[in-house]
Amino acid sequence: MNPTLALLITTAIKAGVLIFIVVTSFAYLMLFERKLLAWFQLRVGPIWCGPWGLLQPAADAVKLVLKEDLTPATADPFIYKIAPALAVLTALMAYAIIPFGTFPDGTPISIANPNVGILFLLAMSAVGVYGIALGGWSSQSKWPLLGAVRSTAQLISYELAMGLSIVGVLILAGTTDLHGIVSAQSAHHVWYVIPQIVAFVIYGITATAETNRAPFDLPEAETELVAGFHTEYSSLRFGTFFVAEYVNMITVSAIGTLLFLGGGDGPFVSVVPWLSILWFLVKVAFLLFIFIWLRATLPRLRYDRLMAFGWKVLLPVAALNLLVTAAFVALRGHGT
Amino acid sequence: MSALDLSGFADQKDLTAEIDDTRDALVLSMGPQHPSTHGVLRVMLRLDGETVISADPEIGFLHTGIEKQAENLFWQQAVTVVDRADYLAPLSNSLCYVLAAERLLGIDNIPPRAQVLRVMFTELTRIASHLVQLGTHAMDLGAQSIFMYAFEMRERILEIMEFVTGARMHQSWFRIGGLAIDVPKGFLAKIDDFIGRFPERLSDMRAILEKNVIIMDRLVGVGKMSAQEAIEWGMTGPILRASGVPYDVRKAYPYSGYETYDFDICTHTFGDSYARFVVRLDEMYQAWRIIKQAREKFPNGPVTIDDRKILAPPKTEIQHSMEALIHHFKLVSSGFNVPEGHVYQAVESPRGELGMYVTSAGGNKPWRVRWRPPSFYNLQALKKLAPGNLVADVVAIIGSLDPVFGEVDR
Repeated sequence: MNPTLALLITTAIKAGVLIFIVVTSFAYLMLFERKLLAWFQLRVGPIWCGPWGLLQPAADAVKLVLKEDLTPATADPFIYKIAPALAVLTALMAYAIIPFGTFPDGTPISIANPNVGILFLLAMSAVGVYGIALGGWSSQSKWPLLGAVRSTAQLISYELAMGLSIVGVLILAGTTDLHGIVSAQSAHHVWYVIPQIVAFVIYGITATAETNRAPFDLPEAETELVAGFHTEYSSLRFGTFFVAEYVNMITVSAIGTLLFLGGGDGPFVSVVPWLSILWFLVKVAFLLFIFIWLRATLPRLRYDRLMAFGWKVLLPVAALNLLVTAAFVALRGHGT
Repeated sequence: MSALDLSGFADQKDLTAEIDDTRDALVLSMGPQHPSTHGVLRVMLRLDGETVISADPEIGFLHTGIEKQAENLFWQQAVTVVDRADYLAPLSNSLCYVLAAERLLGIDNIPPRAQVLRVMFTELTRIASHLVQLGTHAMDLGAQSIFMYAFEMRERILEIMEFVTGARMHQSWFRIGGLAIDVPKGFLAKIDDFIGRFPERLSDMRAILEKNVIIMDRLVGVGKMSAQEAIEWGMTGPILRASGVPYDVRKAYPYSGYETYDFDICTHTFGDSYARFVVRLDEMYQAWRIIKQAREKFPNGPVTIDDRKILAPPKTEIQHSMEALIHHFKLVSSGFNVPEGHVYQAVESPRGELGMYVTSAGGNKPWRVRWRPPSFYNLQALKKLAPGNLVADVVAIIGSLDPVFGEVDR
């Protein structure tokens, strides 16, 4: 067989499997969140659909699909319809390069392993803003417009601090290849969360803002903007935005794990290489738990304070952290 | 009042100066279907970006004609409809109405047990109402869990209400001349349990909220009102007291024996949303103190006056006595007449001074039951407080004004 064709076919199969896994994990992340929120709030959460509410995601999906898909008469139909697709597409694209673990022979378990992986991720998350901004804008309605404006401003300003916090890790690892960063951490026997704790905290905060999660859920801000940018959306298009948000949550948790928590690194990995997948998933789940924990605990920030916090606190601190890291590496001649 | 360092918040904003009214404004209809307008308030906002240029509250979406309905019911029956105005504090409404009717009838010998129970239950209502305010206010600010915690605490109160009166929301338990029924067996154990547990729960709640950085960020300096302005705009209740005016109907014009209880008027000096929030937390504690004192007094004896023209005799007596049966029949079929006259009665509802101007034309139905609902007066301040703030602040201000639309629209 033609090697190019073979590559195309295997990649397509891998991508199909991955999308299936990601979308399923999204569905159960939703259940995970609902259960956890319920426990935080002295409730029991979904219990009626299937044992322990395990079929709740399926019930939700059916409900969403069966709803009428409405397009406001004044909306720009093309952009209105393309926006949710854009949001979910960029969210899923990011998965192409995430190494979920390593095969016993040391190659990463991922669809592609470009040497500028982290840049690709940042690019995807930046393009993802368009989904929200265009969706809110094309709805031709006032609440979504406010939501879209908020989200554009928020995502642009938080992207900067996020980028700076990641650069610190890149300097330490000396590579922009995600698999390389993970290998560097296990080679140095230190997860970058320790030398880069400041960057980790900044990454955590900006990642929360990037994914529009509480306490930075201003573009949605249910109690202020009704439902923010997706107020006018219904049925599957609404569901698509939903998928995008949760998939993004998993993405930023996965990146956080790769950059700061050593990826699949953990006890017994050298003995049983397949354990790296388990460790990776456990760490991602832990970060996801923190997302939900934050949502259950914190009130929402106000828009102007959020911007001030991003520009006046996070950005300078991230820049300072970067300078210190760079100076440290320059003086020692190598990372860690 | 705890000495908090709030200097960092003082210069938080003065956005009013930046408003350019010549630009095209975005007119936004907030409500009547909006998650944070607490029922059916509609606010017409004019926005410059997200900054509010003007806010016009529109009311009337929940008009139910309660005043008019009360005119078409016997004096005793009207208790059930007045209950339904301020649906978060139904017993405060019925207390006000019942006190007004008793003054018209010249009844001044309500038995001590009934007096104590009336005080105890209106204070329980106050706590329950403030908990709803606290929970929904926190939810408006984005803290969902607080809502659940507050409602769980309120649930304990509603359980007591249900145990005693058979109803969770609209108890209609007060009667002209006393109470509908005495408390059942086991009530004291329940109330003791509540008195024992509540302070700890309340201090937990305070610990989560009072010095929470985001909560303070959202509330301090938002919707500020000076004492003079608060008086000019006719504010009462926690909003007036948060501006530093120690006016409380329970102290100023005591009723139901409030003069015999030891409690403080909670005031604050800031006059902003945060002050209102703290005042309500403090008031819950004071209400708990009153309940505790009422529990300590708790006299034995009847819970109604012994006047067969006003209150029907007990059922056992009706089955044996001709006289009693006639009284019962007369009360059910045509009620009782109230001497001609008019009276203004005020009580301190959780939202402020709840007043009723009740007029009798001498018949068996009230001629007029005119309300002074505190929410109605408090809500109008939105027009003054909102301009210059952000959309998110409008939500915070509405929450801190705590309007109940059953009462505003009647």
